[in-house]
Amino acid sequence: MTRLHVSATINGDPVEFLCEPEQTLLDVLRDELQLTGSKEGCSSGDCGACSVTLDKRLVCACLVLGAEVEGHSVETIEGMAKGNKLHPLQQRFLEHAALQCGVCTPGFLVAARALLETNPDPTERDVRYWLAGNLCRCTGYDKIVRAVLEAASDIRAR
Amino acid sequence: MATTEETRARAVRPNLTWVGTRPVRPDGVDKVTGRAKFGADLQLPGMLVGRMLRSPYPHARIRSIDTSKAEGLKGVKAAVTRDDFEDLPSEFVPAGEMLVNYRDMVRNVMAREKALYEGHAVAAVAATSAAVARQALSLIEVDYEPLPHVIDVLEAMEPDAPLLHEDLVTAGVEPPPEAPSNIAKRLSFTLGDSEAGLEEADLVVEREFTTRPVHQAYIEPHACVANVSEDDYAELWCTTQGHYVVRAFCAKLLGLDISKLRVTASEIGGGFGGKTVVYLEPVALALARKARRPVKMVMSREEVFLASGPAPGTHVWVKMGATRDGRITAAEAVLKYQAGAFQGSPITPGAMCAFAPYALENVKVTGYDVVTNRPKVASYRAPGGPMSEYAVECVVDEIAKTLAIDPVELRLKNAAREGTRTVYGPKFGPIGLIETLEQAEHHDHYRAPLAPNQGRGVACGFWFNIGGESCASLHVNDDGTVTLTVGTPDIGGSRASLCLMAAEELGIDFEKVQPIVADTSSLGFTFLTAGSRSTFASGLAVIEATRDAVRQLCRRAAQIWELPEESVRWQDGCARSEESEDAPEPLSLAELATVAGKTGGPIVGHAQLNAQGVAPSFGTHIVDVEVDRETGLVTVVRYTAIQDAGKAIHPSYVEGQYQGGAVQGIGWALNEEYIYGEDGRVENPSFLDYRIPVASDVPMIETVLVEVPNPRHPYGVRGVGETPIIPPLAAIANAVESALGIRFSELPMSPPRVLAAIHEGAGTA
Amino acid sequence: MRYEVPESLEEAVALLSRAGSGACVLAGGTDLLVQLRSEAIAPDLIVDIKAIAEVRQIVFTGGCFRIGAAVSGAELGEHPTLRKAWPGVVEATELIGSTQIQGRATLGGNLCNASPAADSAVALVAAGAVASVVGPDGHREVPAEDVGVGPGQTSLEKGEIVVSLTLPARPRYSGDAYLRFTPRTEMDIAVVGAGVNVTLDEAGRCAEARVALGAVAERILLAREAADALVGTSLDAAALERLSATASAACRPIDDKRGTRAFRLSVAGVLARRAAKTALERARGPR
Repeated sequence: MTRLHVSATINGDPVEFLCEPEQTLLDVLRDELQLTGSKEGCSSGDCGACSVTLDKRLVCACLVLGAEVEGHSVETIEGMAKGNKLHPLQQRFLEHAALQCGVCTPGFLVAARALLETNPDPTERDVRYWLAGNLCRCTGYDKIVRAVLEAASDIRAR
Repeated sequence: MATTEETRARAVRPNLTWVGTRPVRPDGVDKVTGRAKFGADLQLPGMLVGRMLRSPYPHARIRSIDTSKAEGLKGVKAAVTRDDFEDLPSEFVPAGEMLVNYRDMVRNVMAREKALYEGHAVAAVAATSAAVARQALSLIEVDYEPLPHVIDVLEAMEPDAPLLHEDLVTAGVEPPPEAPSNIAKRLSFTLGDSEAGLEEADLVVEREFTTRPVHQAYIEPHACVANVSEDDYAELWCTTQGHYVVRAFCAKLLGLDISKLRVTASEIGGGFGGKTVVYLEPVALALARKARRPVKMVMSREEVFLASGPAPGTHVWVKMGATRDGRITAAEAVLKYQAGAFQGSPITPGAMCAFAPYALENVKVTGYDVVTNRPKVASYRAPGGPMSEYAVECVVDEIAKTLAIDPVELRLKNAAREGTRTVYGPKFGPIGLIETLEQAEHHDHYRAPLAPNQGRGVACGFWFNIGGESCASLHVNDDGTVTLTVGTPDIGGSRASLCLMAAEELGIDFEKVQPIVADTSSLGFTFLTAGSRSTFASGLAVIEATRDAVRQLCRRAAQIWELPEESVRWQDGCARSEESEDAPEPLSLAELATVAGKTGGPIVGHAQLNAQGVAPSFGTHIVDVEVDRETGLVTVVRYTAIQDAGKAIHPSYVEGQYQGGAVQGIGWALNEEYIYGEDGRVENPSFLDYRIPVASDVPMIETVLVEVPNPRHPYGVRGVGETPIIPPLAAIANAVESALGIRFSELPMSPPRVLAAIHEGAGTA
Repeated sequence: MRYEVPESLEEAVALLSRAGSGACVLAGGTDLLVQLRSEAIAPDLIVDIKAIAEVRQIVFTGGCFRIGAAVSGAELGEHPTLRKAWPGVVEATELIGSTQIQGRATLGGNLCNASPAADSAVALVAAGAVASVVGPDGHREVPAEDVGVGPGQTSLEKGEIVVSLTLPARPRYSGDAYLRFTPRTEMDIAVVGAGVNVTLDEAGRCAEARVALGAVAERILLAREAADALVGTSLDAAALERLSATASAACRPIDDKRGTRAFRLSVAGVLARRAAKTALERARGPR
């Protein structure tokens, strides 16, 4: 099998990798680049655990081929904290206990960040609908929604 | 925004510093940065990819399996089938609240004589890549003889139903039946004389209820990595609610010495009872032993739905009698639960829970454990409880409405309290059911006005909780910090609550306590994170280990001061002497730790126990729904979960349990179900068509924490994790009844069912 | 499997023609990758069309919007004027999947996946959209309702690609709406979908109407009788009831895992009526 050579930017860094044409971006992140923060919950775009941004656009990494990111920019959970400073969303998730098992958390954080970059002052309804593609089976969403609303307020106040 | 009231009915210990606070959990940063390693996140050098071949038939005899072509494929390093697992005798061992049988377990892990459900594992391969493994599976030749199948529990009980096990004879029936059947067990609990009780009643309500099979639907699929050296020393990394139990099961299934199998629990991405058993783990070990290379196996979402532990579908009959003034005089129930392919449905807890919220003199509960061509059921949050309590709570609601008594009033009139005898034997100690009902009655939610097409429902829930074996070690480090080693995987914040109790006992800052979940070779046997036991039982072990360390700290201080040991006590993080006049300056934990080397060596507290004194948790939920009469869509518009925590060690995570359980219950009530085709195959094994609630489906879940302390725990802890999934089923059914005047007796109340009932009611169906 | 990223339509058509039945077009990939992963398909060649300029643009020309087949739902929703003209088409597209899916899923893909439940395709049929198709034999125009002919089956010939979808010029007093029924608020496939597109005359009576129904037959239905129930009326209650009845009558649904036949028959009429009310309000414009 011929592997494809792909150059992309991942979390701001230039990255080159080889992948099979069948491999998804999620396969590449997890298996080739050891970026296992993006989780595989369904492989069909139904759970959002592998949420990343592709050129600032929120996508499921399981629904993108690795080969498709040639020349593009990908942001994953691993790029969210800057140095030792957590993103306000990460901080509020911790303070609000907005995670129990934590496996959906990276996807929620990446998706929520994409929301706040588009809509800095979302309503509860906005948050719930934007995050409808991220399944959480532990929390019942209550604390997640509160954490996102509060992080939005933190960012607006900055 | 919801209000959270923390009701302290009786204070156990005043002046708590850490217990009851809400610090950031110790493993939090790892989990918000993507660092935390879950089941599928481990990679080892030379690691192979393991894949399972699964039966396409719900029921088929396996005439032969030929793996030779697959094994001949370049890159395939091992293949295993039933021939690689030794048959085991019938032997029951506990797993969570259930019993498992090794003869059945070895067959569930790898089909033997027959494939008993669609997705039943038939063979497995380990290969150098996923693509090679996939190709290898297609080269395995299995000769199946398809057999008639049965999915529904009532159909499976018919005398002419297809038989799953030719040697299964109903237990619990005297004299034992001569013929085999799909009914594995019959059990009954009796209290008083229910027939006489029904005679006393002015009103008797008798109803039948059906619930569909549902899945735990944790977001993380089952995953593991196994490695077995040439001298058969085995290491296993897996996502599990109990790695000691995994070790026991795998050692047994593979004929390994327990001491030669080290199991490390990864972070766990949800379990809800479904990760208390083994599926991939023994197979990965078998492949790794053959290949002598690490093997990773990860289930796809489809495999999770097809082949891992769902909860049973059930049929429940309930009959209850009450006097005109609302006193329940008798209660009877017959529960029929699907076990799946092998016996062991949660029929016992179902029967224990059914009428537990009520102080009744006359009760009779009969249960049937029935095998069907579905995956063997696994625990799902209060296993067995939601279905029986749903039926009872609907009947109680009907009694209340028929007698024109407020449903909360009726429950208060009959509520179980301290001293109430349970149908399964013991009397309740102090319990908080009445307090939750009183909170419900006075909650503004209960009085808030309803809009057109809206209805309100309430229901109670009970779970008994469990104790069990736990170990804990507490290492006092020489800089005054503490390392806490426990054996229960942290599924939802238990590290935080355990560290809070350790910090409280030691009188040191929470930040100074760093927890770790030990592997099976580093700490003694510890039972599952299940049955709502971690904070309670591992908590008791942590408290005991901490007190052990405190005793040592006091002894060291006495030694330094050259005072008798008895004169030294531990308070506010320091050893203090009782001597009055020339009492020495107190010595802090850090000071004592620094000199530990000179005063006798390392200070390590340890505890191993089988936690006794577990106390049940009761809850009462209030829900408002709105029904679209033209489409049958039921929307939850407001929800309040009230529950007795005993003592909330970390209130945020207690609230989280209430909220998460409530939303799982909402899913169960409204949309979740396995859908089977005529061919016995699952039609919706995906998150697209198995509809768990998404964020926009639910409102905020308001919580009220009632705290009626458990007198047999130093801080009053009860388990809280399971009770919250129970009330939603009936509360929503009761709310829909309030909105429409139609009483549903079948879950889920999905739009087609609701619309059909509306049309029937309107005479237009 | 090979992966190719042609930069022109000609190149793409040539690749697809040469490869034959073992080739698949990749636009947003939200259906294709799921099929690949579940091994429902095993193509020899994937042709990613996203580097072709024509399929990525939204162009307003001659009063018509021409939407490139590989424009994502999110891009469609962000277009400054499209939503005002065709709110039903934009909302229908936005109903497809999650925010994540919106970042990828395309109008062309939704149409060519040929699911009878495809939200945006139902709205396109109601809108009277025309697909611009290129293939080895050149260019042709296909009405949206004639692209999908059965579950997963299109009328496209080997080597053909949908390049864009053209929405007709919008007369004054026009409005469209799309509604679907799903048990969940999001992340669900339509159990029933209904798109209604109306144009009123100066007197406020319905001059033209198109009604499309999804998930109620093996393909998306253009319900002409249902549209006729509206034309010439002021979309009063009686007309809406006739619409509802004719819409239900046009359906030929089945029982499946997502809903029952009875449910679909009933709800198709309800949604058609509700969508018509919204379309009417939009056609009348702000008061």
